[in-house]
Amino acid sequence: MKSKKNSAVVRYNRWGYYFLIPFLVVFVVFQLIPLVTTVYNSFFENYMSGLKQIGPNFVGLKNYVQLLTQGDLLKYFKNTMIMWVLGFIPQIVLSLLLGSWFTNPQLKLKCQRFFKTVIYLPNLIMASAFAMLFFTMFAKTGPINSILVNMHIFKEPYDFMAHVGSVRGLVAFMNCLMWFGNTTILLMAGMMGISDSLYEAAEVDGATPTQIFWRVTIPLLKPIFIYVVITSLIGGLQMFDVPQILTNGTGDPMRSSMTLIMYLNKHLYSKNFGLAGALSVLLLILTAILSAIVFRVTAKDEVK
Amino acid sequence: MKKRMMSLISLGLIGAMVLPNAAFAEAAEEGKVLNIQVWNEEFKNRITDHYPGYEAVDETHGKIGDVDVVWTITPSDDNAYQNNLDSILPGNVDAAADDKVDIFLIEADYALKYVDKDADVAMTMAELGINEDDLAKQYTYTQDIVKDADGMIRASSWQACSAGLIYNREIAKEVLGSDDPADVQEAVKDWATYNETAAKMAEAGYKMAATVNDTYRVYSNNVSAPWVQDGKVVLDDNIKAWVDDSKAAVDAGETTTAELWSDDWAKGFFKDPGDVFCYFGPAWFFNFSMHGDEEGSIGNEGGWGLVTGPQGFYWGGTWICAAKGTDNPTLVKDIILTMTTDNDVMKEIAQNDSDCVNNKEVLEELAADDSGNLAILGGQNPYEMLAAGAELVDMSNTSPYDQGCNEEFQAAMKNYFDGNASYEEALAQFNTAIVEKYPELVTE
Repeated sequence: MKSKKNSAVVRYNRWGYYFLIPFLVVFVVFQLIPLVTTVYNSFFENYMSGLKQIGPNFVGLKNYVQLLTQGDLLKYFKNTMIMWVLGFIPQIVLSLLLGSWFTNPQLKLKCQRFFKTVIYLPNLIMASAFAMLFFTMFAKTGPINSILVNMHIFKEPYDFMAHVGSVRGLVAFMNCLMWFGNTTILLMAGMMGISDSLYEAAEVDGATPTQIFWRVTIPLLKPIFIYVVITSLIGGLQMFDVPQILTNGTGDPMRSSMTLIMYLNKHLYSKNFGLAGALSVLLLILTAILSAIVFRVTAKDEVK
Repeated sequence: MKKRMMSLISLGLIGAMVLPNAAFAEAAEEGKVLNIQVWNEEFKNRITDHYPGYEAVDETHGKIGDVDVVWTITPSDDNAYQNNLDSILPGNVDAAADDKVDIFLIEADYALKYVDKDADVAMTMAELGINEDDLAKQYTYTQDIVKDADGMIRASSWQACSAGLIYNREIAKEVLGSDDPADVQEAVKDWATYNETAAKMAEAGYKMAATVNDTYRVYSNNVSAPWVQDGKVVLDDNIKAWVDDSKAAVDAGETTTAELWSDDWAKGFFKDPGDVFCYFGPAWFFNFSMHGDEEGSIGNEGGWGLVTGPQGFYWGGTWICAAKGTDNPTLVKDIILTMTTDNDVMKEIAQNDSDCVNNKEVLEELAADDSGNLAILGGQNPYEMLAAGAELVDMSNTSPYDQGCNEEFQAAMKNYFDGNASYEEALAQFNTAIVEKYPELVTE
């Protein structure tokens, strides 16, 4: 009797496994196999010279040593982080502000739906198209320059693409513009999850709106906040399309806007699977470490 | 018996009527699909306009006799064209008949990669049945660049791309007092004089050249040794001279650091602003780049002139290769012969498309009378100069790495010209970029 019941449960549970199959197949084919082969490839010298294939020859850790000693890996990491931070800080401030406005019942904002849609719109444009648009607008003979010159703000056209600050600034600005809507929606979801009774209690105790924001909203928003920071950080580390298109793949001036993935892309020309594989593995480790740090720092209380 | 003879003869007669072209007759037993790999519309337009018997069906399909012609256009941007070739050519021999690439085109910058004997992706002209006599009217340099290690020619071009300095006649009159080619040449006869003239232009509010990259090929074609020697990248003195001259010109406001083909670069082709004194280019430049058919362009009113400039050079050119494994060798052979050796067809190309064709006899004819006068050059006949230039082109200093080296060098030096790096820093960045592209090379 008992065993019969058990087997019915097992039979029923089977469905769970059946439903997992599509995910597992996709995961194995598109994630696990590429991941393992990338690690495997990183130990080989394997590239094309013209139409000639060089390798694959097993070289052990040579690719890693070459990347860490010869390349400018640290510089590209620094570039990536600078551009990410430049874009992320205004983005998170803007999102917190918009999120608290949208969720504050006292403000009674009109046309909320309309504005929520509008702020999300930039994210719907392809990043490369967005970058192309900015490239054309900020060209030396482009519209922005001619407006600024005609308004007598600049004496002569400013070459935005030839200065470190302006290129990094533009990349950061574009990323911020593209992602603040997304972040706002995530933070709003977090804010709406906070019980109204807490706000009411704070008000009864005579707290000002500023105090409510810092003492009630922010601490309770922490789990969502951590999630936003980590996903944005991982996205930032993989920053590629915007600076790639904006600088035509050069990362100029002097590769000051070249990100880690743009550097990875440079190895595509010679189909250098070995070096590119090693770089990918390093990137994976880096992402893991950074995520762990962010998690530790921001989620100190929970971890304890 | 008699009856059978008659029917055979009549069959033969019908055959001869239906297939007037011998190439079609033979090709009839070959593949039914002719696949052509190109990076832009140029060759398709040349075939459509000048190859007898070609009928266009739509944007990417045509017909020659009963053979379907399929054009695959992959733009050169980001190396996409070559990546495409690299993925399909090595397996071309084993591909299905209708998928086999029959013809692909290559450019001078990377020609050596595809005519390589070991790679063996392009048939030799001898294998196709084209001998040296057939190609005798072509300029030697157009053959030297596509010879493999055994000296076998593996591609053929209809263009001779010797180039010159193309100047704005209005500005020449205003600043130099004359737009006569002889006078203008005197003002740009060598780099020292060129730089003096550039200073005058800047004083009058004009840019000498649109960007520093305009002059790059003039310097880089006149180097004394290839970019890569024994696996090592070596910087030639003439390239260094380009860096020094360009830095001085940028600092003096005589030119800019915009990229070739960019909007900023192309503005000088139009009357508004029309502030660029000269461009450097070969004959295809007139037809392809200068917007001569557009209202408001300087070329539309014949406002340009052509002189040799400070140093002779060549730029680009397109070569036709027969892909190894083609199932249409007869048709491919006929296309190559017609487009790159036939006097009538080539004269037509020169006159209709202002191209400088790879045919000594035709250029001589065109130079001899007014039939070679070009409207975009205000009626000037450029062919004598271009023909003389083509004789002088020297390909002995090319290497398979030229494209990467040239592109990366210009990109790296832009930082130096813009004041974002010292020369040494820019050079270090060039070295980094080269090793990324070609991991087998070492730098100085």
